[in-house]
Amino acid sequence: MSVTAEEAWVRQAKAQSALSKLFDWKPFLVFVCMLPAAGLLLVFLTYPLGLGIWLAFTDTTIGRSGRWVGLENFEFMLEDPIWWNAVFYSVFYTGVATVLKFGLGLWLALLLNNHLPFKSMLRAIILLPWIVPTVLTAVAFWWIYNPQFSIISWVFIELGLRETNIDFINTAWPARWSLIAANVWRGIPFVAISLLAGLQTISPSLYEAALLDGSTGWQRFRYITFPMLLPILAIVMTFSIIFTFTDFQLVYAITRGGPVNSTHLLATLAFQRGIPGGQLGEGAAIAVSMIPFLVFATLFSYFALARRKWQQGESND
Amino acid sequence: MATVDIRQVYKNFGSTKILHGVSVGIEDGQFVVLVGPSGCGKSTLLRMLAGLENISGGEIAIGGRVVNNVPPKDRDIAMVFQNYALYPHMTVFQNMAFSMKLAGAPKEVMEREVQKAAKILGLGDLLHRFPRQLSGGQRQRVAMGRAIVRNPQVFLFDEPLSNLDAKLRVQMRSEIKELHQRLKVTTVYVTHDQIEAMTMADLIVVMNHGRIEQAGAPLELYDRPANLFVAGFIGSPAMNMIEGRIEGGAFQGPGGVAWPLPAGAPTSGEVVYGIRPEHLRLDPNGLEGVVNVLEPTGSETQVVMHVGGAHLLGAFRERISTRHGEVLRVSPDPSLIHLFDKATGQRL
Repeated sequence: MSVTAEEAWVRQAKAQSALSKLFDWKPFLVFVCMLPAAGLLLVFLTYPLGLGIWLAFTDTTIGRSGRWVGLENFEFMLEDPIWWNAVFYSVFYTGVATVLKFGLGLWLALLLNNHLPFKSMLRAIILLPWIVPTVLTAVAFWWIYNPQFSIISWVFIELGLRETNIDFINTAWPARWSLIAANVWRGIPFVAISLLAGLQTISPSLYEAALLDGSTGWQRFRYITFPMLLPILAIVMTFSIIFTFTDFQLVYAITRGGPVNSTHLLATLAFQRGIPGGQLGEGAAIAVSMIPFLVFATLFSYFALARRKWQQGESND
Repeated sequence: MATVDIRQVYKNFGSTKILHGVSVGIEDGQFVVLVGPSGCGKSTLLRMLAGLENISGGEIAIGGRVVNNVPPKDRDIAMVFQNYALYPHMTVFQNMAFSMKLAGAPKEVMEREVQKAAKILGLGDLLHRFPRQLSGGQRQRVAMGRAIVRNPQVFLFDEPLSNLDAKLRVQMRSEIKELHQRLKVTTVYVTHDQIEAMTMADLIVVMNHGRIEQAGAPLELYDRPANLFVAGFIGSPAMNMIEGRIEGGAFQGPGGVAWPLPAGAPTSGEVVYGIRPEHLRLDPNGLEGVVNVLEPTGSETQVVMHVGGAHLLGAFRERISTRHGEVLRVSPDPSLIHLFDKATGQRL
């Protein structure tokens, strides 16, 4: 056998460049990786929030930079019946809409969780109100609620149930309820689809076990479905409350807070005062006044409903 | 406690036929194991017994009462599920008391019954824990406790041990059997593990493709398998099966090797020659096998060898020192040879 003069290849350690050493240094790497996210948060979240809070303590108007006025804006706000009215309607709007959204959404989710023909198509249809842009929804409802051309009025009159058009949005209480209806219509898909996802995580064998344990349908809902759904219910409800309380588009596009400020939410009132009204400081103060409500709602959902002992792992008591 | 009669039961899911006329008679207090490969319909049959699946044809009677149209809760059965199906948001106590709570039992009764079952299963210290905080074996016991508390006429087990590790499985196997001896409740147990079936059952029902291949006592199935399927399924390691023909008073296997026949064997025909690995013995005058693989397990030595063209697995109590390529002489015990018709697969 001839011996070939091939030289064995030996793996050699390569000298590391300074740059690669730098990237191997963990603190630097952590800093670099955090930078984009932190930058985005600072520029697009922290800065506007901070600016908003700062404005709330100044008398800035459009075209004139303001002076620090301390709590003056808030003092004025607390004496303002329109603000109190907006607080009332924001709470009322959020409360009623949330109850309806969750009642109907849960019902819909339970229906969709059954074996239905065309199940996936039905689910897709359910999502439609959610994927339509809010302003489009608002325009559609504005048209539905139109004093002259309302399709609902037309149907009732054609059926001979009424003689005159229904007044949806031109007096305070009908307008308030009409807006809630629009919000519920738009919000149900989110609730239904989220709860459906929650329902699907419940093992069917639990229902079978409960069936053999002698449960009725209501008992299965009461003792299995509902408690097991609570954690996701809490999260979805927190989100839903936040979205509803801060709602702006629907109300502003349909009633602009009218008639006579009766349907102003805090968000629409803040905008009304700040931008068309030019009182940026006052508007900012109204916006800031939403924060305590939101913090309270979030804490309530989170602590009252979220973590259950049975979800926590190994710890033995 | 009750008898269970399964009479000519059929099951279809749409056009897919799962069970093709299955009949089993179960005596009061018997421990019956339904065993078969996955997809053979054993779990479906159990779920039909429980009332979780409709019966497409035939009848199921529990304690003499036909239950085809009786809802699960009125069948007086309890079931242990493969994944235990413990209610995760309830403590062990609440899990076990749930059926009584639904029935509106007073608190003292719930307390008493749960304590009784917990004592049987050694769950006393765990009653206030949640399922998450339990180990696999403990969850298994809670699932059994939930069934015991019901005091049912029939216990159903759906592959209850398949989620446990090997050691725990052996332990729980004997616990379940002990429990059965103590409570003497009719039990139907589904498994794909033939060792579980062999060790636990009074009656084994071997199923395949929605049909019953053979039903009988464990050792009956081991000693006299009715067909090739049962022969291959029951027994571990599996039976050696060699195809060939009977000619001139011997079995002619591949490679022209003549194998001995049992007394009373047919004198001619195409057959499958079955011999269990443990029924081979070392014999200086035996058949010549070329050793392929040697697997000592400690208690026995398994040897894979080639005899003629046939693969043969032998399990010997002796410690054998041999190596790949060497020759080992073995002979089958003539009285323990199984012959099957090659065309039908039935025992001859």
